[in-house]
Amino acid sequence: MKLIYEQSQEGRRASSLPRNDLPVPEIPAELRRARPPRLPEIAEPELLRHFTKLSTRTFGIDTGFYPLGSCTMKHNPRVNERVVNLPGFRDLHPLQEDDGAQGALELMWRLQEILAEVAGLPAVSLQPAAGSQGELTGLMLMRAYFADLGEGETRRKVVIPDTAHGTNPASVTMGGYELTPVQTDPRGNIDVDDLRGKVDEGTAGLMLTNPSTLGLFDENIEEIGRIFHGAGSLMYYDGANLNAVCGISRPGDMGFDIVHFNLHKTFSQPHGGGGPGGGPIAVRDRLEPFLPVPAVVREDDAFRLDYDRPQSIGKVRGFGGPFGVFVRSYAYIRSYGPGLREMSEAAVLNANYLLARLKGAYELPFDRLCLHEFVLSARRLKREHGVTALDVAKRLMDYGFHPPTIYFPLIVPEALMIEPTETEAKETLDEFVAAMLEIARDAAESPELLKEAPHDRPVRRVDEVKAAKRGVLRYLFEDHPDLSTEPTAPRQLEAQKGA
Amino acid sequence: MAAAESYPDGLKYHSEHDWARVDGEEATLGITWFAQDALGELVHYEPPAEGAEVAKGSSYGEVESVKAVSDLIAPLSGTVIEVNAKVVDEPETVNEDPYGEGWLVRIRLGDSSETEGLMDAAAYKSFVAEQ
Amino acid sequence: MSFLSLTDRDREEMLAAIGVASVDELFREIPEGVRFQGELDLEPALSELELVAHLEQLAARNMDTGRELSFLGAGIYDHYVPAAVDAVLARGELLTAYTPYQAEMSQGVLQAIFEYQTAICELTGMDVSNASGYDGTTVAADACYVAKHVTGRARVVLAETVNPQVRQVVKTYAPGFGLEVVEVPHRDGVTDPDELGAAAGEAACVIFQQPNFFGCLEPAPDLAAAANDAGALPIAHVDPVSLGVLEAPGEYGCALAIGEGQGAGNYQSYGGPHYGFIAARSEYVRRMPGRIVGETTDIEGRRAYVLTLQTREQHIRREKATSNITTNQTLLALAGLVHLSWLGPQGLREQAETCMALAEHAKERVGLPLLFPDQTTFKEFAIRVGRPAEDAIRAARARGVHPGYALKRDYAGMEDALLVCLTEKRTPADIDRLAEALAA
Repeated sequence: MKLIYEQSQEGRRASSLPRNDLPVPEIPAELRRARPPRLPEIAEPELLRHFTKLSTRTFGIDTGFYPLGSCTMKHNPRVNERVVNLPGFRDLHPLQEDDGAQGALELMWRLQEILAEVAGLPAVSLQPAAGSQGELTGLMLMRAYFADLGEGETRRKVVIPDTAHGTNPASVTMGGYELTPVQTDPRGNIDVDDLRGKVDEGTAGLMLTNPSTLGLFDENIEEIGRIFHGAGSLMYYDGANLNAVCGISRPGDMGFDIVHFNLHKTFSQPHGGGGPGGGPIAVRDRLEPFLPVPAVVREDDAFRLDYDRPQSIGKVRGFGGPFGVFVRSYAYIRSYGPGLREMSEAAVLNANYLLARLKGAYELPFDRLCLHEFVLSARRLKREHGVTALDVAKRLMDYGFHPPTIYFPLIVPEALMIEPTETEAKETLDEFVAAMLEIARDAAESPELLKEAPHDRPVRRVDEVKAAKRGVLRYLFEDHPDLSTEPTAPRQLEAQKGA
Repeated sequence: MAAAESYPDGLKYHSEHDWARVDGEEATLGITWFAQDALGELVHYEPPAEGAEVAKGSSYGEVESVKAVSDLIAPLSGTVIEVNAKVVDEPETVNEDPYGEGWLVRIRLGDSSETEGLMDAAAYKSFVAEQ
Repeated sequence: MSFLSLTDRDREEMLAAIGVASVDELFREIPEGVRFQGELDLEPALSELELVAHLEQLAARNMDTGRELSFLGAGIYDHYVPAAVDAVLARGELLTAYTPYQAEMSQGVLQAIFEYQTAICELTGMDVSNASGYDGTTVAADACYVAKHVTGRARVVLAETVNPQVRQVVKTYAPGFGLEVVEVPHRDGVTDPDELGAAAGEAACVIFQQPNFFGCLEPAPDLAAAANDAGALPIAHVDPVSLGVLEAPGEYGCALAIGEGQGAGNYQSYGGPHYGFIAARSEYVRRMPGRIVGETTDIEGRRAYVLTLQTREQHIRREKATSNITTNQTLLALAGLVHLSWLGPQGLREQAETCMALAEHAKERVGLPLLFPDQTTFKEFAIRVGRPAEDAIRAARARGVHPGYALKRDYAGMEDALLVCLTEKRTPADIDRLAEALAA
């Protein structure tokens, strides 16, 4: 398929702009553009066809089942798209005076109240742009909190389990903290004995998602809370897996002091191929003074932005946050009302159903009921037939499914992390089970079918080694190389090892 | 084309899957067949600077495959006297010939007695079998 | 209203397959002490049509730019978003796809990102762009993190004429990064290269904005040269809409170019979601944050696209990653790509010229003193309204016109200053209304 630049023809354009006779002022010569940017020159029909074709080469939730663990690929309601495009939201400038933005401010305030109720923590900021940014904001809050107590110099460490998502340690470093890892026990809980020795007055806090990336609720969460709070430390909840427990167990009640939500996971903001998202945070009262500025506050029937927050950590993103994401999440939660619990119950039911039907054919590292997701291992397939989790994933594509998350969490070899979400019909789950069972049989009987998969996608397996080594990261016009003339040896399949 | 599995005699081995070829007061360092096999085809080598100090047991550089980054752990202490430019340009050389053309650095040894703490080929082969 | 497919019969069959009697049993491993009792205190569920009515009521209480003639800019702009952008963003596959980790399932998104990266490189004159950052403020923090690792230095210098929210976000990130922040004040609405150079000794980077927050054109090549002379990386924060007529940062010595993409293809949407862009010279590629798409082939030699250099990122390098960023702003960046493709190089230039022409006309027609009369401006300019800015705003809004941003909110000594923005959506008749509204 051609790049849009390869369809450019000089003199074509799609745009039309209003004309006037006003003189155009001159730009000083030393600041003036010497050569125009080589943007595409294309008319609207070809423009639309190009992007339509790109969309047909993309698999979304709208296309089919998408059981990516820890991503919560649930259906994105279409009514949300209708309301986010209301001109009163879409065409509102963020610097409009507060009296001209009462609808927007009320929506934000109400969403804050809702998230506080779901979290079981009273104070909320909607500002962070994504879960990772929520994590970093939470760490900044910890820093400000301990500095205020005079413990800023001593509390340098954050504890993270070995099952943690990579954003957690990355955030710890960006927040200026040091990482203390803690192990997982054979039941999939944090190893409390390992933990006890690692928490002291040098510990700022814990970062944990519960249920964990294994889909398991930490049975010792109350004891963990005692350990951290006993040392004067804080507990941070990574909300990536909140879909499992809405209305069933609240992070604030679990003992957590700071929580981030992933609006693009639990609360249906569409993923858009990689974003946008939203990562609002909820905190205990004693952390409230440090929240980002401005705060959205209510005074009688009016809403306003409050910039008078002398202890705030500052700002992590422009304005009040990604407002369009708030509209969708707000609409989504108002669709459920208190019945949000049913969303989580169905998510957990769907996951356990798949687990029950798949655990025979694949290895289950932790023999427990799961919550909203579970992890299988393809280790036996690898040992007996040389078929890896990657091969299973690629073969699932031939059945019309998006593969689950693979090779994560790191503590499970040949991991397949499966999260169906609550919006899948039972028939879809049954079809997925049938495919997974057939793949397990094919691993023994026709492994080459798996090793050469996918067969039916727009491309076969891609050469990631060539991509990394050649480093072609943009179209280079007349200098653009033809990478098909450079051999793709079978060695590129070896690159998947240890993936 | 990756090399066939081998652990030559005459080299010394470290538990982090590095080897050292000791030659008087100097040593050549690299990673073993086991390490390159686990990483997959290397796409990048981040070497230390010439003249840099390396400490036994610490990282002196990095290699990357598409899916993994690995610290290079020095089996011996010393000063870097040469970096293998061929591996910088063609990192896959390490996969093809991990003990020959795929050497990573040459160092001047800081303390030659440290070689006593390393494994010989037979010991390392047993160690690898347990991984 | 819910979005579930499960029927009672489905549930019975599933519970039987699992081997439990009720859904409640599935949660039996959650300790009793942390179980939530009762129902969440949330308002009752709304049906779809009630939901729409409720949201419409909220939307109706906002004075959007359809209801009030607006000259507000200050970092977010009322540029025209063509219907083609709406059409592409409504494609369900693009809207509902995940990050393209599985390349064979995502060639469409991957190619679109590759095309977006190319467009950003073309606009900025840089060699490599990522797939987007959160917004125009956080990419400045990202750029400081790159500069810190490249230079090993612990100070960053910001021109005071950089957007105040950008500076505030950098200052919020700086302590965790171990960076000291120094600001260089403006001189008559622009930045003095000698002053900037003096502050940049021992700095990892210098960030300036072009056009700057006051709408003035900075002596950008001189600022970049001053930074380079001091061994600091010059980083230009640029308006994509200006890059059809203003020189690309890569052409005048900058190491990185960053900015807010909203004006190219996104609605204002009360501040987000939008997309930040960050682009750099090729020597900094391994320090770049975020996703990058590269070209390759599949095993049958077909051209293909894939996320590459992933060893920079959090899921592999974890605590040593170039950033913790994961979810970014892909769909909004895609909107930017569609918009820039719709405009084309001619359209981008014409749009900029129209904005500049309208701005010059507005200066004359409004007839109030300019805050920086000696400076060349782009699409925004600052005027003195002769009374507290908030009074002028209130009076103008009573006439259905929002005349601009009160600069006193961020700068001392600007009690009566307004920042007025002209986009191609404004007309000479609109400018007449602005003049009348400010004269009142």
